[in-house]
Amino acid sequence: MNNNFIIESSPHLHHPDSTSRIMLDVIIALIPAGIWGVVVFGVHALIVIAVSIIGAVLGEYMMCKVFKKFTLTDYSAVLTGLLVGYNMPPAVPLFVPFLASLFAMLIVKWAFGGLGCNWMNPALGGRLFVFFSWTGYMTKWTAPATNFATIDAVGGASPLGFVKTGMMDFNGSVSGPIEYMKQAGYDVSYMDLFLGNISGCIGEVSALLLILGGIYLLYRKVITWEIPGAYLITFALFTWVFGGLKFTHSLFTGDVLFNLLSGGLMLGAIYMATDMVTTPLSSKGQIIFGVGCGFLTFLIRFYGSFPEGVSLAIVLMNMVVPLIDRFSKTKVFGVEPVKKGAKK
Amino acid sequence: MKTFSKGGVHPAGHKELSNAIAIRNAEVKGTLIFPMSMHIGAPAECLVKVGDEVNEGMLIGKAAGFISANIYCSVKGVVKEIKDIFLASGMKTKAVVVETAEDFKPGEVQFEASDWEKLTPKEIVDKIAAAGIVGLGGATFPVNVKYSIPPDSKVDALVINGVECEPYLTADHRLMLEKTEQLFKGMRIIAKAINAPKIFVGIEANKPDAIQRMTEFAAKNGGDIEIVPLQLKYPQGDEKQLLKAVIDKEIPSGKLPIAIGAVVSNVGTVNAVYEAVALGKPLYERVVTVTGGGIKNPGNYLVKVGTKVGDLVEQCGGFTDDAVKLIMGGPMMGFTFSDLDTPVIKGTSGILVLSASEAKKGQRTACLQCGRCLKACPIGLQPTKLFKKINSGKYAEALKLNLMDCKECGCCAFVCPANIPLVQGFRLGKRMAPKPPKKG
Repeated sequence: MNNNFIIESSPHLHHPDSTSRIMLDVIIALIPAGIWGVVVFGVHALIVIAVSIIGAVLGEYMMCKVFKKFTLTDYSAVLTGLLVGYNMPPAVPLFVPFLASLFAMLIVKWAFGGLGCNWMNPALGGRLFVFFSWTGYMTKWTAPATNFATIDAVGGASPLGFVKTGMMDFNGSVSGPIEYMKQAGYDVSYMDLFLGNISGCIGEVSALLLILGGIYLLYRKVITWEIPGAYLITFALFTWVFGGLKFTHSLFTGDVLFNLLSGGLMLGAIYMATDMVTTPLSSKGQIIFGVGCGFLTFLIRFYGSFPEGVSLAIVLMNMVVPLIDRFSKTKVFGVEPVKKGAKK
Repeated sequence: MKTFSKGGVHPAGHKELSNAIAIRNAEVKGTLIFPMSMHIGAPAECLVKVGDEVNEGMLIGKAAGFISANIYCSVKGVVKEIKDIFLASGMKTKAVVVETAEDFKPGEVQFEASDWEKLTPKEIVDKIAAAGIVGLGGATFPVNVKYSIPPDSKVDALVINGVECEPYLTADHRLMLEKTEQLFKGMRIIAKAINAPKIFVGIEANKPDAIQRMTEFAAKNGGDIEIVPLQLKYPQGDEKQLLKAVIDKEIPSGKLPIAIGAVVSNVGTVNAVYEAVALGKPLYERVVTVTGGGIKNPGNYLVKVGTKVGDLVEQCGGFTDDAVKLIMGGPMMGFTFSDLDTPVIKGTSGILVLSASEAKKGQRTACLQCGRCLKACPIGLQPTKLFKKINSGKYAEALKLNLMDCKECGCCAFVCPANIPLVQGFRLGKRMAPKPPKKG
């Protein structure tokens, strides 16, 4: 007697997590920061996010047709679109996010084989593409509704950009960036940075909501502590040691809090540097990756020509992931590690 | 509480379906099927022919070689047929089909009990070999071979495996509760056979009643038997993980536990050793958990080896309407099969029937490189890398990434969000991989 029982290889139990569930969790974690962006920057921000998502889904759909697959239900395209949108200035013309999303999908993701095969974070690839193509649009900021009077007075500049430009020909001595900005008529507090009463990209301004989303992702085990932890700690350490040189001309005076809370650091460290596809596999590799991101972000922010270095730092580290994977082998149970210099 | 250090997963236990149900004797009826190969090693040599009368406890298959095992008939009856059958694992083997006699009453045959304390280690091992005992945890390695300690090795510890880390299964749990005294005697017998100065029993924390009962017995039984409660984590019942957890030593890759002075035996095996050595009863029945959402009345049964799975399931009320998967063994490492005439063999710890909702699997997607398989692997392999090598036919490269250390425990495939059939890939890779050159 034969029955139609399923025949397949063990294991027969499966953890409830799936690819689409992971993508959905990241989307859920990102939503509060996006709502905040729309509230403070207005309805145009919402349209930018929507156009980004439409561009990404359209790109994915086109490639699905080409490769005769159907991958829209894994939500990875929606997530990429969302991240592209969050990385746009609020007042950007709509063709910019649309092209960024298309570039992310067609070139960065699918030219290498689609989900799981791309070496660069698609959202960051898209952002960098439009950043270097339409730098003007990409660096034009809007003052947030919650702190409009102060920030509109300085042309809506983002704190990082304001300090970077201002410090170029600064020879005096102040205690740090907050005091420097105050003297120059740009009065923001740490609390403003933390809550998101500053100008910047749509989804990056509220450190608080991004951190809350990060805690949700840690709880759901979608991300682990290694990358964000190593990233933020390394960056904070270098900032503390060398970050104050320009202001006070001495070591160990860097304003860690200002630098952690401003720019796209939280968005990058929690949501983009943790992209599974473009980061190392092992714990050890992920720590190396995080340290690299932290160090490069510090270098670009303090010594590069752009005020912001998060996206470049992550993309640069994406490039060396295969190398990191190669040199961060796991220890195999019951096998003594091969000693350095010993021949295999 | 102790556990092993690297990897591991926490699948839902589902042990409540059967862990409170005492072991019952399964009914015997109709035909039984005795495969000549239900152990690791050479198939046994068939001693009967069609038409022969057989009886409970009669030798029908003789061990052929050092690594092989005797096969005993479990019922009184007549040999009806000798044919090739497929086991649940997919292996093809010769089997003896026995029609049970109308007047058969289980337990009528008397065996010759002996005072094991007067036996020498060699005599104990010989008795174990004669009884055809193999590892009942599922590996089915002939136990007498394991207990024949090479002259250049010394045993420091006998570690008894009461972990039963596979979800759903409760046979060992019930044994520890119901046959505690027998088990302690069995442990003493094994310790004497292998000259082990110390005995440990590892039990996972999800069996608090068994831990308590065994600990109470150990207290009455002298100080050399130590019950070690272990933190819940799959696959702690594997000997590598068990020894790491209990005595904190790693078995070197490709070696046996004796390389670190340890011998591991499952509680089911201990019970069989006791019955064989002290009671003279060969191995022809064992405790099997019949469970899962696809079974109407789950329970633990003392089942005659050779019983058809279909007959056993019938006694448990049959399948539910949504039963979709029939598994021999546990859900993490068991084999699926569909033929209800497949017999229960010595290594069958459970018959698991999963319902549609239990067997539900997500959609397969591309690998996300999330690295969860690396973190789950208790051996420290890189499952996703291995799978890609095997998928592109680079078997030799997979070997360099320690493919042969994979025990197919299933942790990687359990956690994989992309639902990639990693274990299946590794099985393929092991078959296709070039054989290593023989040493010497």
